[in-house]
Formats: sequence, C-alpha cells, structure tokens
Amino acid sequence: MDIYARNILDHYQRPRHRRKLSDADASFRELNRSCGDDMTVFVKMKGDIIKEISFEGNGCAISVATISILSEELVGKTKAELLAMDLPDLQELLGIHISTRRSKCALIGLRALQRAVTSLENKS
Amino acid sequence: MIGYRENFPLLRRVCADHPLQYFDNAATTPKPQVVIDAVIDYYNLHNANIHRGPNFLAEEATTLYEDARLKLAEFIGAKREEIIFTSSTTASINLVARSWGEVSLKKGDVVALSRAEHHANIVPWLQLKEKIGIVIKYIEINKDGSFNSESLDKIFAQPKLRLLAITLASNVLGKYYNLKPIIKRAQSLGVFSLVDAAQGIAHQPLNVKELGADFLVFSGHKLFAPAGVGVLYGRQELLEVMPPFLGGGAMIAEVLEQSYVPAELPDKFEAGTPNIEGAIALGAAVDFIKKIGWTEIVSREKMLSDYFLQKIKALDFVQVLGGKKDRLPLFSLVLKDLHPHDVADLLGERGIIVRAGHHCAQPLHDYFQVPATLRTSLSFYNSQAEIDYFINSLKEIKALLQS
Repeated sequence: MDIYARNILDHYQRPRHRRKLSDADASFRELNRSCGDDMTVFVKMKGDIIKEISFEGNGCAISVATISILSEELVGKTKAELLAMDLPDLQELLGIHISTRRSKCALIGLRALQRAVTSLENKS
Repeated sequence: MIGYRENFPLLRRVCADHPLQYFDNAATTPKPQVVIDAVIDYYNLHNANIHRGPNFLAEEATTLYEDARLKLAEFIGAKREEIIFTSSTTASINLVARSWGEVSLKKGDVVALSRAEHHANIVPWLQLKEKIGIVIKYIEINKDGSFNSESLDKIFAQPKLRLLAITLASNVLGKYYNLKPIIKRAQSLGVFSLVDAAQGIAHQPLNVKELGADFLVFSGHKLFAPAGVGVLYGRQELLEVMPPFLGGGAMIAEVLEQSYVPAELPDKFEAGTPNIEGAIALGAAVDFIKKIGWTEIVSREKMLSDYFLQKIKALDFVQVLGGKKDRLPLFSLVLKDLHPHDVADLLGERGIIVRAGHHCAQPLHDYFQVPATLRTSLSFYNSQAEIDYFINSLKEIKALLQS
C-alpha cells in the first residue's frame, strides 16, 4: 500500500503543471510502449537554471505523480543538477521505495526532462 | 466440484492473508508436483547426458527423454520423427524461419501473418524480410478477434503467397481459431502453414494431422512444464529436406575434416545437449493433462469463462476485448481512467497475479487503439470463488485510486 501513499495519489489525481508550455525552451516526448505510457515534457530555462516545467500525456499513478512532483521540485535547480539525478533521488523525493518492476514508471518523466535539456545543450 | 489447486505447490503461498490466486496462466502456468518431481528425479537418480555413454545412467536418461518424445508425439497426433525438442516457441519459429524459410523462400515471396500474432511470430519473419526480402502481409481481424474474411480473400489472392504463419489462439483476445478450413484453403493453393500453438495448446485437444498444418510450435512452460523446453512439429517430408539449423554434437552422423553428414530425424535438429530434464518434465505434464482429461478441462474452462463474462458485465468501468464465442478463459480488460499497471500492482497486494501491458502484441494493441490492458488468464484449476474475489478487488482498487 505504501507506494499508493496519500502524497502519490494526490499528485496522480491532481497533477501539477499538466499543460503545454507554449514558450518552452525545450521539450521531449518519451514513450514506454510496454506500459503504454506516453509523456511529453516542456522546460523553460533562464541561463542554466530551470524556471518552469510542465508535461502532457498519460501514464500510471507512479509515472504521473513523479513528473508532477518533479515539476515542482526542480524549479530553481541547475541543468547539471537535473542531469545528475537518478532513481535514488526519485525514491527520496517520493518518499517511497520503488520496486524494480516500477522503476521504469518513475523514471519516464525524469529521463524525458534530462533528454529535453540535453537537446538544448546540443542546439546551443 | 473437485478442486485441482492442491496439485500446484505454488498455490500454497499465502499473500496478505489470502491464498495466492494465479490469473496469469497465459504468461506461464504453475507447475504441478508431478512435473516438479520429474525434474527432481532426473537429477537425483539419473543426471546423465543422453545418446552417449555405455553406462546405465545414460541409458536411463536417454530412455526417459525419448519416452517424453513419444508422449508428445501421441499428444498431438504426430510421429516421433516429427517432434523436435527446442528451447521454446520462439526458438521453434526461428528454426523454421531460418532453416525452411531461407531455403524455400525468395525475394518477393509473401508470408502472411494475422493481426493477432505475438511478437514471436512476427519478428523472425521481419528478420527474414531484412535478410532475403520476403514480403509480410497481415490478415486483419474483426472486433471479436475472428479473421476478417475480406482480408483473408485478399491474402489468398496474392500470387506469391507461400506461407501462412498464424496463431491458434490469441494471447490478448482469447479467441481460439478454427484454423482447419483456412489451412485446407492454403493447401489447395500449395501454400505452407505454420501454427503458433503456444496459447492454444493447454486448452483444447489438438491433432496436427487433422489440422493439416505443416509446422506447429509450442512451449512447455504454458503447458504446466518448466521453461526452457519447447516443441517444433514439422511434417516429416519437410523436415527431411530442411538443412540443419544449429550445428554441433548430437545432430551429426559423421564428422570429417572438411565435411559432415547430419543425423537422421529428429536428432538432426537437436544440436548440443538439450534441456533433458525439461523434455522429461514436459512428458510428465502431458501425462498430467491426460489424467485430468480434456473433457474435464474444456468443460471447466467454459464454465469459468461464462462466469467471468457474466460477472464482469456488472462493472461499468471495464471493457473486455474480443468476442464471446470460441474463447479461452483469457480476458484483456480496458479499464476506464485506470492504468493497468497500477491495478495489477494493487491486485498483487491482494494476492492476485495478473499481467498488464501490451502482452507482446503491439500491432494488435495498435489496431484496437489501446496502449495497454489488464490481462487475466485462467486455467481449469481456477474457481468461481476466485473470480468473485477478483471482481470485488477490482471494485475496491477503483475506489482507492479515484478517491
């Protein structure tokens, strides 16, 4: 039951920043065909600092809650900090243990964000 | 009603104060004690490589292995020479694609699959397409899972149609196909056929000669036997002229410095030390099924299917893919506003084992325009009480996730 903790369910049922950012600096669509998850993230930067994050798409409770939490927690962090994040950081943010079979769900949003800002790097 | 649960040690596990409820038989079945004993006995008593060594252990192991082959031959109405032990359904299809396909097919030849195929019966043909340029066509299906007759006519009108590689039963829609008329039609046009019986084999009796298939493949682990053993049935005349697939020990009659002579059937296609205990255990699984009897298995599964469909109707947030006729007790559920992985996870916490995802059938999910489903696949040993518990759990989980 702990992976469906109140906090997770809250973000799943009322996801924050679920919309398109029309003036985003970068966006990336990440698909997980085997789950049926489909997530597009939008990132707005100010220099090296993340200013705003939003997302669109569908996924399970874990994937939606994770990207929703990330859209709040990552604002003000640097690109390097985002790129350095991995599963243990998500466990900490979510406050739950993520089993191997659900790690892909938690990671889909993070990976999309990382690819979005990486694409930004390649452009500049 | 007799219960069959006690045959399966796995089902003695208790999860969340509830006996394990296994609704994932299409992924792999639990193994009955008699099958597990066959593996244990092989290691505790025999443990020998087969077809070699003039010691009595080797002789016992060889006898057990070849007896298993005879059991499998009888089980599907084939000759012993026509039963090749492989590692899986996938390995069997790859063997046909590579050994038969590379020699018998050429650029532009058409291989027709159905829209309901598992990836195992798609990718080997796509690989052959990359390699020699065959053309892959799909038989479209109707919403109830049956083959679309117009599409079938179009496929049969292809002048270069050489092979139908089609499933006996869909692992997503639960449809059990009556392939006999389709194979007959293929035969009349000189078109070969391969039947993927991985899903169908554990649910209905089967006779390859009556079916008329040139090749038929299945795995042990969906038939109450261990993973790592599978069967390729091939018509003897075809297997005789096909080149060996893997080379090595056991598949040769003679090896010279610059050449070799392959062994006779079936050894020709069994290079290397096979999964001896797996094959023996598969023989034990066939004995287990025979002992219960097809009449019992078929009638119990029909009763479970009818009951499941009747109970699930009451849940307005659930849609069952496929039709009602000729189906396995297998149901892929589309859940309104619920992600199947969440539901599968929470069912697991209640001791109910199900599968969520696309079940290795992406083209089929694309056709139905659903990204993922929750699949419950039952077997004869399941019960109505288990279905009741599942339905109640599903209602509770919906309430929890949407609270």
